[in-house]
Amino acid sequence: MISFFSNLLSANAELAITIVKIGLLLFIVLTVNAYLTWFERKVVAHMQSRWGPHRTGPHGLLQPLADGVKFLFKEDPTPAGVDKFVYYLAPLMALALALTAIALIPFGPDPIRLFGHDIYLGIAPPDVNIGILALFAITAMSVYGVALAGWSSNSKYPLLGGLRSSAQMISYELAMTMSVVGVLLMAGSFNLKKIIEAQAHHPEWGIAGWNIWPQLLGFFCFFVSAIAETNRVPFDLPEAESELVAGFHTEYASFKFAMFFIAEYTSMITVSCLCTIMFFGGWLSPFPASWTFAHYLPSAILIPFGLWVIWDGLRYETIFGRIILPGIGTAIAGLGAILVFLPGVNLFIQGPFWLLSKILVFLFIYVWMRGTLPRFRYDQLMAFGWKLLLPLSIVNVIATSFIILAKMTWWAK
Amino acid sequence: MTAPLIVFFVLAALAVIGAVSLIFQKHPIHSALSLIVVMIALAGLYLLLGAEFVAAVQIIVYGGAIMVLFVFVIMLLNAGVEEHTSISKMAGPAGLLLVIALAGLVAATIVRSTDSILGTMQTGEMSSPSGVSKTLGISNMIFKDFVYPFELTSFLILVAVLGATVLAQREKS
Repeated sequence: MISFFSNLLSANAELAITIVKIGLLLFIVLTVNAYLTWFERKVVAHMQSRWGPHRTGPHGLLQPLADGVKFLFKEDPTPAGVDKFVYYLAPLMALALALTAIALIPFGPDPIRLFGHDIYLGIAPPDVNIGILALFAITAMSVYGVALAGWSSNSKYPLLGGLRSSAQMISYELAMTMSVVGVLLMAGSFNLKKIIEAQAHHPEWGIAGWNIWPQLLGFFCFFVSAIAETNRVPFDLPEAESELVAGFHTEYASFKFAMFFIAEYTSMITVSCLCTIMFFGGWLSPFPASWTFAHYLPSAILIPFGLWVIWDGLRYETIFGRIILPGIGTAIAGLGAILVFLPGVNLFIQGPFWLLSKILVFLFIYVWMRGTLPRFRYDQLMAFGWKLLLPLSIVNVIATSFIILAKMTWWAK
Repeated sequence: MTAPLIVFFVLAALAVIGAVSLIFQKHPIHSALSLIVVMIALAGLYLLLGAEFVAAVQIIVYGGAIMVLFVFVIMLLNAGVEEHTSISKMAGPAGLLLVIALAGLVAATIVRSTDSILGTMQTGEMSSPSGVSKTLGISNMIFKDFVYPFELTSFLILVAVLGATVLAQREKS
């Protein structure tokens, strides 16, 4: 029996590795999602001179867990008169598509060598030639979750939310797709890995070699329309609570509501990944390649942060916090110390470290905007998308093409 | 049975079931959803043939943009369950004849080209000749070999867009 399984495993090693990777990434993404809600509530609270969640666990760190349990155990009523099949399909579609998009993101440049197999960080193999197109295909489909939820609820506010959402997504998808053409022209490939590598043509340039400088206009168009695609503030008209109760998910309760919630936060992560990969050099370090001392930056951040958590935990008001927080702090500081003493691991961790840090910055910007910006009016939203973003992104495409053509004809000789 | 062949049959079955369901569903939204299933199954088939770019574009353009527009219009007009008039009931028998004709045509084509299909199945060569399916090959064809027809088509679409804009404009008093 055991030999049968080991034979099966060795015959389908790639398949087994992929399944393990899927499980692992699913766990990581869902956990990050949960703590993203905590992060958002904390940051917005501090922006508004409040404390945010602080009762459940030290600094409210167990709040996501409590929320999850609450979602699972709430009654899940199905309103009368809904289109049952579509009503159940909509949250499933939203969540499945959002999670599929994450599978296409490469999280690091080098594979780990384990049991004789090169294991890349990220589920899709790094040589997917249509990486960015496949991501856009998934984004293009993700409107259905929201639109169908609005329609199938058989209720006025959700229908209005669903209509707004489909109109908004059609309008902004155009600008979003056009705005990345500049990046694709510069990289000459749809492959996400090649897009990153194209930004490292001059290793000594560091941050100056990233796409953000020549593609500032493209980045502006992309980021704004991507926020609109994810239905976040200031483009959250499909769920404008002051006008539409809760918009498309008014009739959803319990875990079906949680599925929309997770889908929204997952697509926030995807958009942050895309911004990082296409415009901010992905896993590239912002420092020139010869600055090897910059490799100790992860440790230089982790060790003081861990020590601070220990110090903060020792004087925390509850006994539970005084036990848990120093433990977490020791783990963080220990991780930083390990990285100092294992140069091989430290070198490997550089790519994922920079990628994740940049993603975190973008997630913070998302939350920052939610804390500060007011919502657009609907006609402003449409005018902004069609009359400003789309022309700007087309100008960006034309300008980039001309410059690349000029370089090829005059300077390259 | 090789793995690509199994995937092919699953996708083909999905496409056929979706297409049949598209016709038999009573509600327009359900029909639109069935059509989306067909589009995605077709995209999967393209992927199986090694045409990555066409597969992605199939989902972006048909699965995404066009079908979202369909669903949007159905939702906006709040179209209900379809009604049968005396003329629409005639569509059944007339359609049956057309189905038989089409099935005969497809069968004839398959019978004629059985040898080549069996040949490709046995060698496992399910991908199309290289060059045409790859993104570079497609762009070379569109922007070098067929650049004038392509630009003419773009111009036609531009004219249609302008026409739609003019028609949708409110009359100025």
